[in-house]
Amino acid sequence: MTDDRTDQAEARDVWISGTEEPEWLVHATDEGAQKMRHVETAERLAEQLGTVVGDDFLLEETIGDDDLMIVNMGPQHPSTHGVLRLHVELEGEIVRRVQPIIGYLHTGMEKTAETLPFMLGGTNVTRMDYLAPLHNELCFALAVEQLLGIDLPPRAEAIRVLMTELNRISSHLVALATNGMDIGALSMMLYGFREREGILAFFEKVTGLRMNHNYIRPGGVAADLPDGWEDDVEGILDVMPGRLREYDDLLKENAIWKGRTKHVGILTAEEAVAWSITGPILRSTGIAHDLRKAHPYSGIDRYDFDVPVGTNGDVYDRYRVRVDEIWESLKIVRQVAEAMPRGDYKTDDRKISPPPRQRIDESMEALIHHFKIHTEGFRVPEGEVYVAVESPRGELGCYLVSDGGSQPLRMHTRAPSFANLQSVPIMLADSLLADTIAALASVDPVMGDVDR
Amino acid sequence: MSRPLPDDEILRGVLEGFDNVEWHQSRGQDVLEVRPDDLLAVAGAARSAGFEMCVDVTATDHLGRREPRFDVVANLLSIEHRRRLRIIVPVEFVEDQPPSVSSLTPIWPGANYFEREVYDMFGIVFEGHPDLTRILMPDDWVGHPLRKDFAVGAVPVYFKEGDGA
Repeated sequence: MTDDRTDQAEARDVWISGTEEPEWLVHATDEGAQKMRHVETAERLAEQLGTVVGDDFLLEETIGDDDLMIVNMGPQHPSTHGVLRLHVELEGEIVRRVQPIIGYLHTGMEKTAETLPFMLGGTNVTRMDYLAPLHNELCFALAVEQLLGIDLPPRAEAIRVLMTELNRISSHLVALATNGMDIGALSMMLYGFREREGILAFFEKVTGLRMNHNYIRPGGVAADLPDGWEDDVEGILDVMPGRLREYDDLLKENAIWKGRTKHVGILTAEEAVAWSITGPILRSTGIAHDLRKAHPYSGIDRYDFDVPVGTNGDVYDRYRVRVDEIWESLKIVRQVAEAMPRGDYKTDDRKISPPPRQRIDESMEALIHHFKIHTEGFRVPEGEVYVAVESPRGELGCYLVSDGGSQPLRMHTRAPSFANLQSVPIMLADSLLADTIAALASVDPVMGDVDR
Repeated sequence: MSRPLPDDEILRGVLEGFDNVEWHQSRGQDVLEVRPDDLLAVAGAARSAGFEMCVDVTATDHLGRREPRFDVVANLLSIEHRRRLRIIVPVEFVEDQPPSVSSLTPIWPGANYFEREVYDMFGIVFEGHPDLTRILMPDDWVGHPLRKDFAVGAVPVYFKEGDGA
């Protein structure tokens, strides 16, 4: 490892000495001279594309301490989307090294999961990625079901697909909204949250809550879709396309938007794969990897949809990929809504899912099942399993180990935001400080998911 | 001695030359049990066989259930072949000595944060890791929270006023 690192450092030195010295503009200010890069875009693009797959943070310093300025961005910075702290080392206004410092929101949820019965695990995981709670629940429920080895009725699976794809839309809307706000497109923020309200209102009608639903549970979903759900979904499907076109009018060809996002925060495909980056960031580099296609779950492969990809892997491509994914999710939602199967919304295995309330008054056995499930929960056979779903932020995995009891021996969440944060130092090395915000916003980290 | 071998060529390619690596399936998922000494070599073989992404590294504490106490678990993904592979490394625990295993960062740089998290939560040292520091807990934290002998609610709560009676 040590050898590798010196090799990288040497390679970088050669590269630096082999290229022309960048032109600098020196401005005298009260606090001393500030160096500013004279020529920008093309050169910076080449720099970023030429970056070796390696964390620049580890490389040796080539400049003296006097030229280096350390800026702490966060943890209370408004554009860090929560409590993320970026330790930024600047040379003039060029970012030389970035180190994300996390853990401010750590609440030990994996430890908590070891004390909760499988039945209640959903209440815990749903609080991790608070913009995509249903994906967290789905992932946990799938892991438990795979350990139990049970199959679900088709309606339960269809409801899950419907809800998680709507959740993907609402999460991407927040990503667009906050991304816009961070770069100065404030109207995008208002529009994004406005459209999200419509989806959250539907979630509230179905699950009773706007977030932290605990709706998708091991064995199915908590309740059937309410009467008139078709009209609500139809309403969302009617409104969204027009609104998406409005966003395109606002941003797609907007010169300021393109100036702030094109060729900014570039990540190459090789870097993305090496650093375990998934989701829209990976797809923006041109790799069409989507778990819904590669490792389908809940019968999502029955529906027809495409995997949008980008080409440059910059902030603009990530924005485009997210918008296109909303279109694809709308396609899926329409198909699910049209072909919603009839039948049970959860498994009728009474050892796993509690009986309906009315049955308890009539049947002694139902009462016993109800009592057993709500006191000690159900036991899950010994074993270990890793299940992943495509959350709006990438691969959301659940590694679940059971020792045969009613609580997990270990529940680990592979949080997509946590891994994606590793891309920030790579994206930002040798870019301008002003691009930090744009690049960070395009990663779309949810700190609840990062710190858990 | 015959050991079970997988049917497909990709996994056979990974297993070739490693007599101590055990393959089995857990709920239909491919799992390799690897001894700590072989970890880097097996990981390198897996990387060459097409598992280009290390999506996750985590650990399990089996205190009081079996020896060795810890399992270090790495989940690999092959985008090209659309499949997964899990590597499990049992790690011994000796009192007053941090358990250790070689780091996967030379092969998959992306294992960086995950290994830091495992170090933070379980105190397992990854040899060769470029920056093995706590990631989620405060730097001055004592203990490793996800170990089974770290009790829930073990953090004393101090109040500003009163004599603590």
